[in-house]
Amino acid sequence: MNGLTLGSVYAVVALGYTMVYGIIQLINFAHGEVVMIGAMVAYTVLTLFAGTAVPPVLQVIVATLAAIPVCMLIGYALERVAYRPLRRAPRLAPLITAIGLSIILQHLAMLIWSRNPLPYPQVVPTVSYAITSGASPATITNVQIVIILMSAAMMAGLLLLVYRTKLGVAMRAVSQNQAVAGLMGININTVISLTFVIGAGLGAMAGVMVGSYYGVAHYQMGFLLGLKAFSAAVLGGIGNLAGAMLGGLLLGVIEAMGAGYVGDLTNLCQLSSWSDALAQRCHAEPYLPLFGSNYQDVFAFMVLIAVLIFRPSGLLGERVSDRA
Amino acid sequence: MASASISTAKPLLALERLAVAYGEIHAVKGINLVVGEGELVCLIGGNGAGKTTTLKGICGLLPVKGGTIRYDGDDITGRPAYQLVRRGLAMVPEGRGVFGALTIEENLAMGAYARNDRAAIAADIEHVYALFPRLKERRRQTGGTLSGGEQQMLAIGRALLSKPRLLLLDEPSMGLAPLMVQKVFETVLAVAATGVTILLVEQNAKLALEVSNRGYVMESGEITLAGDAKSLLHDPKVRAAYLGA
Repeated sequence: MNGLTLGSVYAVVALGYTMVYGIIQLINFAHGEVVMIGAMVAYTVLTLFAGTAVPPVLQVIVATLAAIPVCMLIGYALERVAYRPLRRAPRLAPLITAIGLSIILQHLAMLIWSRNPLPYPQVVPTVSYAITSGASPATITNVQIVIILMSAAMMAGLLLLVYRTKLGVAMRAVSQNQAVAGLMGININTVISLTFVIGAGLGAMAGVMVGSYYGVAHYQMGFLLGLKAFSAAVLGGIGNLAGAMLGGLLLGVIEAMGAGYVGDLTNLCQLSSWSDALAQRCHAEPYLPLFGSNYQDVFAFMVLIAVLIFRPSGLLGERVSDRA
Repeated sequence: MASASISTAKPLLALERLAVAYGEIHAVKGINLVVGEGELVCLIGGNGAGKTTTLKGICGLLPVKGGTIRYDGDDITGRPAYQLVRRGLAMVPEGRGVFGALTIEENLAMGAYARNDRAAIAADIEHVYALFPRLKERRRQTGGTLSGGEQQMLAIGRALLSKPRLLLLDEPSMGLAPLMVQKVFETVLAVAATGVTILLVEQNAKLALEVSNRGYVMESGEITLAGDAKSLLHDPKVRAAYLGA
């Protein structure tokens, strides 16, 4: 369940990467920082509520609703100020700009919210439910349920938007051929801006979810989260919405499984027949893992490397070919 | 030289000393061209003469370096394409520009993007289907699965959905089988008959002149001949250069 929850969050963040990539072939490395700022803004709002009689659920909703427009504004500004002037530049230029923006946003957040990890107020008490029976049952918490359901709703909403609305069709048209889309009467700049704004809005919600799930927010939290979500987008096939969702979920599960089993798999005591010294040691202490669950983060990048080697277009990625 | 080119109809499109650069190359070097309301005018010339660049300059897809473009009496020089569609100026680009990953229905809906009259759009889509029954059969398939000729039909149908007053057609016969070329030209005539003004860019000079009212001949960025389509068809220079006779 931990994997599914993490995976949902990765999926929502990955959508932000993949939407932008799909439309202008840019990897917006600052997207992770947008997620971080979403978490930070919600943190600030939640601390303002501290000690008031406002119902906890309402507090979280208000905090989220505050984070969304802030992130949307940042998403819009990033595109308008930094990426749009570079739209006709070689692809490396906007990529480096994206990395620069990521660093700028991190440090702005550090100036505003301090360099210390901020404890997220646990306004809604966590309740754990057992979903299997047995001595150590699998459990799911109310927070996890909300995160999974919210993510599913966001993904469904986004798919509806992209495949069932005029704006969505226009987005796909722009992603295929900007000049022809313009000839159809589509204002390309508006559509691209909206893509950034929607991606950032999703990122804001993901930020609040991560903050409340881990109970902590930090100005650097967007970096690793962003890289993992980017890996998820690549795993699914970057530019492909369903791919981002699948990639996110898979990555979350792989990570949770990896963290859970890496200790057992690398337990040196499995090799105790090789050496008497080791056998003696294991007799006293049968669990001697070489790698612990703190190696969790490695799995995302192992997956990224494997995908890039064996299937660079990702699981659901289109083969790069243009008829027409 | 250009006396025959001055149309008696009210000009819908007028290019005055229009210059357009394609990157560093001055592909269009100050041309004058008029298309009267209701006319079918063709612009012919060899590869690299600047025909496509001219159309792209008109639609704001390439930056205009000099001169003016008047449409319906207004100066539209340098306006972006998406604004022009709303004023009734549509273009079918070279290579058709079908959205390969969008369904045929979605492609058509994009043609009507600037409109908001849902009922009328639905009726007009049905009208396009009546014109090109093949498209209706394949409405849920993606544009990329169509043959070249079908894509051209889709591109023209899509442009018609913006309810254009002036339609710019860039090489509609390019890369098509002879039978399909015939069909495309029949369609162009049918569209013209509904009162849409057309500026047709073609390499197939003979067919283009046969369907047009007037024609312009372009050579290395300049208009070298202009006049009545019939007389151009019999002009010895045109015949020698473009009609292979």
